[in-house]
Amino acid sequence: MTEAGKLSRVLYVDLTRRRHWVSERPELFDRCLGGTGVGIRLLSEECRQGIDPLGPENPIILCSSLLSGVFPLTSKMIAMFKSPLTGNLGESHAGGRAAVALRMAGYGAMVIRGRSGTPVYLAVREDEVRLRDASVMWGMGSSSAICRIIGEKEGNPGIRSIMNSGRAGDYLVRYASVAVDTCRHFGRLGLGAVFGSKKLKAVVISGKKSLTVSDPRGYRSLYDELFKTFTTSPLLKKYHDLGTPANVLTLNATKTLPTKNLQAVQFAGAEALSGEELAKNFLGRRAACAHCPVSCVHIAAVRVQYPDEPYFYKTRMISYDYEPIFALGTMLEIRSARGYLLLMDRAEELGLDAMTVGVALAWATEALERGILTTDDTDGVELKWGDHVRYMEALDKIVEQRNDFYRALAKGTEYAASKYGGKDFALVFGGNEMPGYHTGLATYLGHIVGSRHSHLDGAGYSYDQKVNAMKKPAVPAEAAKALFEEEAWRQILSSIGACFFARAVYTPEMVGRCLRVIGKERTSAELRRLGERILREKYAFKFREGFSLSPEAIPIPRRVLELPTPQGTLREEDFREGIREFERLIRGAGPSA
Amino acid sequence: MPKRLSIVDAELCVGCQSCMFACNRRFAEAGIGRSAILVQSMGGFDRGFVVRVCKSCKEPPCEKVCPTGAMTGRKGGGVVLNPDKCVSCGNCVRACTIGAIQWDTTADKPVVCVYCGYCAPYCPYGVLKLEEIQDEEPALLLTTAGAGEAGVSATEAPSPDRPGVNV
Repeated sequence: MTEAGKLSRVLYVDLTRRRHWVSERPELFDRCLGGTGVGIRLLSEECRQGIDPLGPENPIILCSSLLSGVFPLTSKMIAMFKSPLTGNLGESHAGGRAAVALRMAGYGAMVIRGRSGTPVYLAVREDEVRLRDASVMWGMGSSSAICRIIGEKEGNPGIRSIMNSGRAGDYLVRYASVAVDTCRHFGRLGLGAVFGSKKLKAVVISGKKSLTVSDPRGYRSLYDELFKTFTTSPLLKKYHDLGTPANVLTLNATKTLPTKNLQAVQFAGAEALSGEELAKNFLGRRAACAHCPVSCVHIAAVRVQYPDEPYFYKTRMISYDYEPIFALGTMLEIRSARGYLLLMDRAEELGLDAMTVGVALAWATEALERGILTTDDTDGVELKWGDHVRYMEALDKIVEQRNDFYRALAKGTEYAASKYGGKDFALVFGGNEMPGYHTGLATYLGHIVGSRHSHLDGAGYSYDQKVNAMKKPAVPAEAAKALFEEEAWRQILSSIGACFFARAVYTPEMVGRCLRVIGKERTSAELRRLGERILREKYAFKFREGFSLSPEAIPIPRRVLELPTPQGTLREEDFREGIREFERLIRGAGPSA
Repeated sequence: MPKRLSIVDAELCVGCQSCMFACNRRFAEAGIGRSAILVQSMGGFDRGFVVRVCKSCKEPPCEKVCPTGAMTGRKGGGVVLNPDKCVSCGNCVRACTIGAIQWDTTADKPVVCVYCGYCAPYCPYGVLKLEEIQDEEPALLLTTAGAGEAGVSATEAPSPDRPGVNV
């Protein structure tokens, strides 16, 4: 067996007992490849039914994959845990250098158990695992400073990755994020809060290895083929040029851009928040994940004057993407790129998931407008559409949770709406705040049924856009089938650590060719079957933890049914039909052996 | 003419490390354990990157501190490593001012650029370039003349008599 084809070591760390050990699990990686496939197996093993997501029993599982460090654009680290936001499957993917670093340190996956008595960070090297004191960083309000402190202390720059939570994680905000190498994230579903519950501030991993392959000549030529595609293909040009914010004007033009808590689907201020505007006036630096020549990471430079010192300035470097622009921009009717960027920067430094907190603030603003909330609830903050300064104040208050209202909002929009009212305009699906597409039936159906309640599960927005372009109505059963098939295949992509932006390149045939070079034979049909199996394992976990697709368990916010989409006004019965069909598909064969 | 790698513009670097993986693929292996290049951030991706490649010094510090003669100067600049003579002391790594010698932890030997240029085409943004060392380029004097002689100070302005003193 070649070194590249062999991945077997799982590092276990028990924070309670301050012990670590390595378990050899070659069969796990041989069968499941890595990433999501290995992650759901380990989560099912480690996480007992019904445990408290913020208790010491909740494991954190981090998975690299067989192709990470071998081929380009396969550098996603997959995190698995029980989500403190939704109460079921917590799965989040992040780029940066994490997955490559874990593989280069000699591990396929890590399992973090227990809870430390005092704040610590975990430092993993090829030959050493250490728990180091992190009390000085506990409660610190700058996530990027935490990353720099640890970087300076741990050394090994260039062959290292730092994953750290921010202040929001320490205060157990249910949608706290974990930043990877300062500008990539485990954003969704609350990994930062799980870090916080364990008194774990960060995980830093470093290492470097050279890995033999079974077909050296074939490796180099396949690598060249992929590299050429990634650097010249129009498939990736969008991500390379303007990046994901290219979506802003596209969605606005098709009246599918959720605006002002989805009171509108077109935004008069879209131009100001567009990828074009950001690139023209703010883009200050480009960056890339490890092993990715596309470099989709766009970082804005914003010059900020100090109020009391007229000749003192700071320059904030703020990475931006479409989804945060939607959540902290259009949803809050922010009319300037600068306003959005400063709000984004605050969310980033506090370690809050930008998407969730943006949608939560949009709900709170409307609730205040309608008198469901008062400024007593908001502790004097007069949340107002377009006012980024007030929203910045609110971010701090959500983190600190000094009153009942902020304590509720820190548990998520669904929880806050269940306490205060306004469920009809609380834009939450499966407990997770919505992403930025009002494209039609498939996108919302995907948010409802998807295993992570993410637009990236089954890419319903993409299905909608294809249907809309052909001016066809969306058929619920067909949309459900398309979502199921796409999500099943994406389990393979996330099991090899592939970036979903590379999905058109990493076809079943191409994945098979990549695996062959490292000594593994998998036919396209086998890979597709494995994808379905992994997806079913994830739903088995979800259902076990109480997730249900029954109409009572899945309320559909009325707001979604009020505004027309390119497919017309959406109907609840179409959702119900689509959900039934998806449930039939996912339960169909049951978890196969 | 011998060749060397040069950095066209480090500000163009996005930190993708494609060059590091390419350097390792010289051996048709995956990973970065045998790479002679190191690309690191300046304390967070948002601050930009440092690209560490061998600059092909005319009088390489690594050669000077090698106790066994495993590192020998190459004509035109840079060094050639003879791993059989190397005793893995690590002096060369410590001596390299710009941190351009890496360590192969498996072989327990230094990794230094062999000036093959395999990496350069894999830099998507043209940060790295393989170039010929120009013999006609004005020689930079690294040493002053011996004590008591009329030495040339490196801080003096260049003149036709002292070509290339330009610090």
